[in-house]
Amino acid sequence: MAKLLAVTIVVIAIASAIPIVMHIWPLPQDISVNGHLIDEQYTDTMWEAGVSFLASQILLAYFIWKYSRPAPNATVKRFPGGAAALVIAAFVLVGTEALALGVFGAKAWGLAYFAPPGADAMPVQVQAGQFAFYFRYPGPDGKFGPLHANLISEANANFFGLDTTNDQDSKDDIVTAELAIPVNREIHLLMHSKDLGHSFYVPGLRVHQDFVPGLDLSIHFTATKIGRYEIVCTQLCGLGHYNMKAYLEVKSPEDFDAWLKQQAALQ
Amino acid sequence: MKKSLHLGAVLSTVVLISCAALILGQKVNAAGEGKISGTVKLDGPAPHMRGIDMSKDPYCVKANPTPAHYETAVVGAGGGLENAVIYLDGWSGAAQTETSVPVFDQKNCMYTPHVLALDPGQTFKVITSDQTAHNIHPLPNPMVNVGWNQSQPPGAPPVEKSWKNPEVIPVKCNIHPWMNGYFVVVKGPYATTDDSGHYTINNVPPGSYTVKAWHEPDDTQTQKVTVAAGGSATADFAFKAK
Amino acid sequence: MHDMSAHAVHHGAPTSFIRKHIFSLDHKVIGKQYYALALVAVVVGMVLSWLMRLHLGFANFAIPGLHLLSKNGAPGDIMTPEYYLQLMTMHGTIMVFFVLTTAPFAAFGNFFLPIQTGAEDMPFPHFNMMSFWVTFTGFLFLVASFFVSDGPTLGGWTQYAPLSAVGAVSGPGQGTGVVLWAFSIAFFCVGQLFGSLNFITTTLDMRCKGMSLMRLPLSAWAWFITSIMGLTAFAVLMPAVILLILDHVAGTSFFVSSNLVINDQVLPHSGGSTLLWQHLFWFFGHPEVYIAIIPGMGIVSHILITNMRRPMLSHRVLIYSMGALAVLSYMVYGHHMFVSGMNPVSSLAFSFPTLVITIPSTIIVLIWLGSLYGSKLRINTASLFGLGFISMFISGGVSGFFLAQPSIDILLHATYFVVGHFHLVMAVAAIFGIFGGTYFWFPKMTGRMMNESLGKLHFWLTFVGAYLIFMPFHYLGIAGNVRRYQAFVDDYLIPLIPVHKFITVAALATGAVQLIFIYNLIYSRFWGAPAPDNPWQGTSLEWSTATPPPHNNFGDKMPVVYHDPYQYSVEGASSDFIMQTSPEPVHSADEEK
Repeated sequence: MAKLLAVTIVVIAIASAIPIVMHIWPLPQDISVNGHLIDEQYTDTMWEAGVSFLASQILLAYFIWKYSRPAPNATVKRFPGGAAALVIAAFVLVGTEALALGVFGAKAWGLAYFAPPGADAMPVQVQAGQFAFYFRYPGPDGKFGPLHANLISEANANFFGLDTTNDQDSKDDIVTAELAIPVNREIHLLMHSKDLGHSFYVPGLRVHQDFVPGLDLSIHFTATKIGRYEIVCTQLCGLGHYNMKAYLEVKSPEDFDAWLKQQAALQ
Repeated sequence: MKKSLHLGAVLSTVVLISCAALILGQKVNAAGEGKISGTVKLDGPAPHMRGIDMSKDPYCVKANPTPAHYETAVVGAGGGLENAVIYLDGWSGAAQTETSVPVFDQKNCMYTPHVLALDPGQTFKVITSDQTAHNIHPLPNPMVNVGWNQSQPPGAPPVEKSWKNPEVIPVKCNIHPWMNGYFVVVKGPYATTDDSGHYTINNVPPGSYTVKAWHEPDDTQTQKVTVAAGGSATADFAFKAK
Repeated sequence: MHDMSAHAVHHGAPTSFIRKHIFSLDHKVIGKQYYALALVAVVVGMVLSWLMRLHLGFANFAIPGLHLLSKNGAPGDIMTPEYYLQLMTMHGTIMVFFVLTTAPFAAFGNFFLPIQTGAEDMPFPHFNMMSFWVTFTGFLFLVASFFVSDGPTLGGWTQYAPLSAVGAVSGPGQGTGVVLWAFSIAFFCVGQLFGSLNFITTTLDMRCKGMSLMRLPLSAWAWFITSIMGLTAFAVLMPAVILLILDHVAGTSFFVSSNLVINDQVLPHSGGSTLLWQHLFWFFGHPEVYIAIIPGMGIVSHILITNMRRPMLSHRVLIYSMGALAVLSYMVYGHHMFVSGMNPVSSLAFSFPTLVITIPSTIIVLIWLGSLYGSKLRINTASLFGLGFISMFISGGVSGFFLAQPSIDILLHATYFVVGHFHLVMAVAAIFGIFGGTYFWFPKMTGRMMNESLGKLHFWLTFVGAYLIFMPFHYLGIAGNVRRYQAFVDDYLIPLIPVHKFITVAALATGAVQLIFIYNLIYSRFWGAPAPDNPWQGTSLEWSTATPPPHNNFGDKMPVVYHDPYQYSVEGASSDFIMQTSPEPVHSADEEK
């Protein structure tokens, strides 16, 4: 039975690795400028984790195979080097591995969170609420009008609580239900939540950031591939959480301008 | 010219309704009851109703080949205002409860009807014709009625509910934030205007009444009318465009 | 050496049924009560997971009879989105608190910690009794929430504010449901605080003559370390849930910020902090993960040593590593919050201890592997589950490398990768520890042996089944499949639905297999072969007393300990094991000092 267990463990370990090696369920295709850093970090980690996984499972299986059913007069053997060798191995191997991952991984993180958005980044505002995202473009004046919580009315399509009668800056603001952006242009996304905790996750864009009620956060990114992608919520926000999403339309600059004009006309 | 057209429209409606009443018969003239009819209009240019961007749920987009519009003010032919509810203010007659069970449908990610008038205690059915889940979330004043918030996945049976006390209750779907409607719970006879703004309240016992017209979000107007036994009275209303 | 047992609270053996089996002061009865509670809870939790899996695998599948459970939650037997989340929340809460904390720590710990330390009972038996009944009350609160009009809360076991704090406006179950949940957890915290105090005091003050701390078995060490964590972690969760209750019933705004708008209405809250809840919760929540798994490590080490017929390569290194896990677990909690909106510098700061915590984990695994080397491994159900535990812990552990890094967390946060990770490393591994402990200690607890053939069958099906369920979760997560979704409507998720179907089938089958265990448990309890005092030729104190142990654990004669706990295969000894109570001298221990 021990041998069967050993074989089972090896089979499970190898079978578990196959979909990863074969890329049967790959990472969503990267459409961002900095995403490759995260992907490389992911691949490095997959190598290290994968080798650790396979090596330890196979070692476990091998020892089970070898040391069960000992001869009646067998004596217990001591692992060469004893515990000290293993502790040192753990510190050296895993310690270096962890340190290296941590240090190299910091770069991808830093580009996403420490580097400020470029001066020419296009500002877009996103508001999360149960259970939809709405977006706001500042319009020709380049300014976002102020928000008034008490004016928010979904029944009247005033999702942000704009006062277009009195606030000069709000008059030309363009509110949309999908996020269209020009390709290869950095976007500075200003995030706030209307009600609860939500999240902004676009797998292909390698962007993932929670909305925190009461906090104005921002992220910045550049999409490099024209197409239609999904923005999904990953922070449990209530019964409609699963269906809280919006589309990200990455368009050519011309298409984007046309789209924005068209949306402005619909306001 | 305009006036005569208008008159013609009213007359033809009256004739039509009379015919309908004759066909439906029995109830209208029971016990010498009369009726109140009229038209509700929007005074001023019809407001621009924004198209609804339903892109968050592709099912809804597909269900509306031409984009649906908000229904804050639905103006029909001749400025008639749909979805206004006309009832008798301060009705002191016997509390009557309709035995019919009206249906409030979630269809193509919109509410049909947009406004549902009900008697207190009257059972109504919420059904879904959609292949996407909706949550029905009426928001009554908690001191007046007990609210609820319940989803209806595709294929789920109707939800049967009723409202205990008179109140205008907004209802919405949080999953599709544009979906909104109203339950208007009123005592006594009532009617809802059709797409040309017409209404007829049947079964009005003879007497003098204050007729109240409600239109969303919370506009009301009143008029005094007298209904003779078996007779009919007219009350027209005009709401100011915003 | 301590001989505090003389000061222990002496309570005579009870005679009435109630004092004996219900309001018992005996740690062994209390341990069994905890076990029974965990067993009921795990059945409920597992049924909930079946319902969830059925719904996920087969969207809008009418589950026959589900409307009987909740008319609103399952109209026409079709699960509503909110009911899915409510079941999910209950599954998580019941499993984490009432199974993974209750069974390996409170149940086995209560029964065996005093015996392994050589104590007559816990020092505060009344607190111990209260600890169980308070925990049980907490469970009743949780179960009660199934029967309130809106149903239980849907906020997930992490109960993030403000979803949890603003009341019923945020969704079904978020009013009364949350309050009941919070009361349940508050009661649970009180129960665990009482329990932890008893555990710590038992370990420090109640050891028998000759029992130095280093002579305690690894299981006792694990419970001791866990109880210190319990004392500090639950002491943070309790005020947090009390503040949450106040936000509900007293109109305070600890966790709700200003100007939030739900249903077009501005909420009457202001000035609270969303992130405060997350910090408080995870300051408890991450240690909680180790509260669930460290007892399993101790139990499995204890089982494997007995079945390898040798001590671990190093007793001390294992203890220090478990201690390091405990200490580090408080410093890593921020890895749950990398993209939560806290300062991104904090994310990096939390990332390093999270990566560092892999070192003690690796040491523990390597010590296990290194001790397997050259051992005389006996295969029985208990050791199979012990070996399975190691395999699961490795599989679930390596995925920690990914989740420890903020940059990769951008990809994997809140996806099924996380679900796969914590189910393997914490849930399945801990459950394997519970199973192993059950097969190993059942004879001592009940006086009867469990059926080995059924046990092995149970192991094989569970081992393979658990991998079939939880490995694919990782693949889903890599493909970006977000967790806590009741249906997969996103275009990029639709191709993954077949994987969900596969997982559902595997989960139903593996769940059904657990009936073998329950049958074995009940059958063996009444009709199993009578157990000898020391069926596995173990060395620690539980094996030197009668089976089942008498009321005061050791009868008339208190034990005296002469040895380190695991004197197996000692050269020149009279047999292949020397019990801790045996005065036989030992010349060369395998133990490295």
